[in-house]
Amino acid sequence: MTALKPLALTASVLALTAGIAQADAPALMFDMGGKFDKSFNEAAYNGAERWRESTGGTYREIEISAEAQRVQFARRLAEAGSDPIVVLGFANEPTLVEVAPDYPDTAFVLIDAVVDLPNVRSVIFAEQEGSYLVGMLAAMATETNTISFVGGMEIPLITAFACGYAQGAKAVNPDINVIVNYTGSTPAAWNDPVRGGEIAQAQFSQGSDIVFAAAGGTGLGVLQAAEDAGLKSIGVDSNQNHLHPGSVLTSMLKLVDQAVYDAFTDGPDMETGVVVMDLAAGGVGYAVDEHNEHLISAEMIDAVEAARAAIIAGELSVHDYRTDSTCPAF
Amino acid sequence: MSSRGKIPHWADVTLVPLFSVALAFALSAVLIWAIGESPWQAVKLMVEGAFGSSYGWGYTLFYATNFIFTGLAVSVAFQARLFNIGGEGQALLGGLGVALICLYIPWPHWSVALIAASLGAALFGAAWAIIPGYLQAKRGSHIVITTIMFNFIAASLLGYILVNVLRVPGSQDPASPRFPSEVALPKLHEMLALVGIPFSTVPPVNIALLIAIGMCFMVWYMLWRTRLGYQIRAFGESEPAAQYAGISPARITIYVMLISGGLAGLMAVNAVMGEQQRLVMNAVEGAGFIGIAVALMGRNHPFGVFLAAILFGFLYQGGAELALWMSIPRELIVVIQALVILFTGALDNMVRMPIARVFARRKRAG
Repeated sequence: MTALKPLALTASVLALTAGIAQADAPALMFDMGGKFDKSFNEAAYNGAERWRESTGGTYREIEISAEAQRVQFARRLAEAGSDPIVVLGFANEPTLVEVAPDYPDTAFVLIDAVVDLPNVRSVIFAEQEGSYLVGMLAAMATETNTISFVGGMEIPLITAFACGYAQGAKAVNPDINVIVNYTGSTPAAWNDPVRGGEIAQAQFSQGSDIVFAAAGGTGLGVLQAAEDAGLKSIGVDSNQNHLHPGSVLTSMLKLVDQAVYDAFTDGPDMETGVVVMDLAAGGVGYAVDEHNEHLISAEMIDAVEAARAAIIAGELSVHDYRTDSTCPAF
Repeated sequence: MSSRGKIPHWADVTLVPLFSVALAFALSAVLIWAIGESPWQAVKLMVEGAFGSSYGWGYTLFYATNFIFTGLAVSVAFQARLFNIGGEGQALLGGLGVALICLYIPWPHWSVALIAASLGAALFGAAWAIIPGYLQAKRGSHIVITTIMFNFIAASLLGYILVNVLRVPGSQDPASPRFPSEVALPKLHEMLALVGIPFSTVPPVNIALLIAIGMCFMVWYMLWRTRLGYQIRAFGESEPAAQYAGISPARITIYVMLISGGLAGLMAVNAVMGEQQRLVMNAVEGAGFIGIAVALMGRNHPFGVFLAAILFGFLYQGGAELALWMSIPRELIVVIQALVILFTGALDNMVRMPIARVFARRKRAG
């Protein structure tokens, strides 16, 4: 039973946080990847937890495990009186198109896609802008003039990361070689660290010395492979600098936690409509902390900050792959 | 199944699965208790959530419909001792067939579309199964290996088609556009309303349930009332004997895989046409593999498959309610489902042997 003790403890903590949420408390619906994916969903969970700790409120949470449950759970949460209901992932766009009109007095928040309904707030991120900045850092830090990218599945969202990354790198050095690979073609590609490590090693053998992973849990294997090879990596979504201090060059931040925290804080009477979390809004960025500050020189910071200011001012525009399915940097 | 022990047939099809399920639930109860939750409340939530309302029934039957198709697919193949574990990929391709037919042909009415989509789903599923079937029949490549590899090829192929061909321009969701509203299948509540029975309008259970039940009858008739069925079963019992009787192994293998793949493909009529109304990347989400457990538990008999599919529908829907209203992590619900599969499938003899002993003792005494 000793092995079960931490499990039981976790469960009772969860019971405190989730089990006894009252009606009209906020709710969070995770996407298929699951709550503890060390990435997108976990970031949302952290945002919700931060809200709980700072306000002492309670919230309801649910993980889906089947496509049919998207609509089912969104409805059940609305009927149970949860408000607002934060729904994660672009795959839930049709879910809210179907469910939200039936509960006009409930506020819904969709993260990563846009639904144009009066009671829906749509939060989208400018991943290409954050990826552009880390692409610049990679291009300035490489010693082999070759950098690489490991994506999860080849879907437009992830290609937008790759495209922004390549644009940033080529802005620094037009002759740089950017290798782009994807992990797989099934959702398992988001949680396959072994495969991620193998792909990273293959890229290293092609001369890459910095790899950017945008692949959920798979990225952990990529970061590990970089450390094992004595090379550098770039984390994604959350600040992953601490995972391998000295090896993780930086992390491309996508502040999903902030979006969830804001939604919970704004409560049922929130402003709806489209919220763009870009560089200007502080929704994306790159991470510098005590784990990587010795890897990034002042000149590098200056160059990236100049680009950031230019993007925010609208003088420099980073192409978003999702608008026309092409990438000028590939 | 030759090492079946001496159990009367009725006990084999009722007592053994019942004891297995009871054992699985007992162990699950211990697990739930161990993480500090009440097993009694969990069981109550699951049963009420799955069977306590027409809403619950609707979802239970929706999931069961998927499992009937994939369970039948595995059963038919297993009657010929072919282990088709490619139901997942065949159903994915079936979904592609449904999507192409619903998207590119303007249908005047759902009924015609349903017939065409069913044929398309079965055809695409069968086409995906015939390649491993051919390789087994003519080249001796083992069907277990080829069918499971074809699952991955199907996923890659579908991923490519969804991202590059069917995706709505500008959308980042790798999914096809929504089907026109003319091809929306009637839900169960609409059909029951015709005879005056009220039923929850929410769950996605639809007319595909009737097709699934019809398929149970057709598979039973095919296996036990036709020459082909006899040949399939004879081939399954003993390949040399079947060959001696003039049954061509290659022909039976390919026929069986065609039927099996077609049944798996039909699952898409329920999931893709009945529920989502568009093709998404993981439209099948494991039903192909659950089908193996359903077939094992249902003793490869269509009626057994039907009952086992309802049980797994209950586990899915009851599990969903459990996840919603109790703080039981999603992983534990998968563990409960896995325990049922483990006890009904893999640990079959553990239950069978004590039961056989009891019957043997009674026989000696009587």
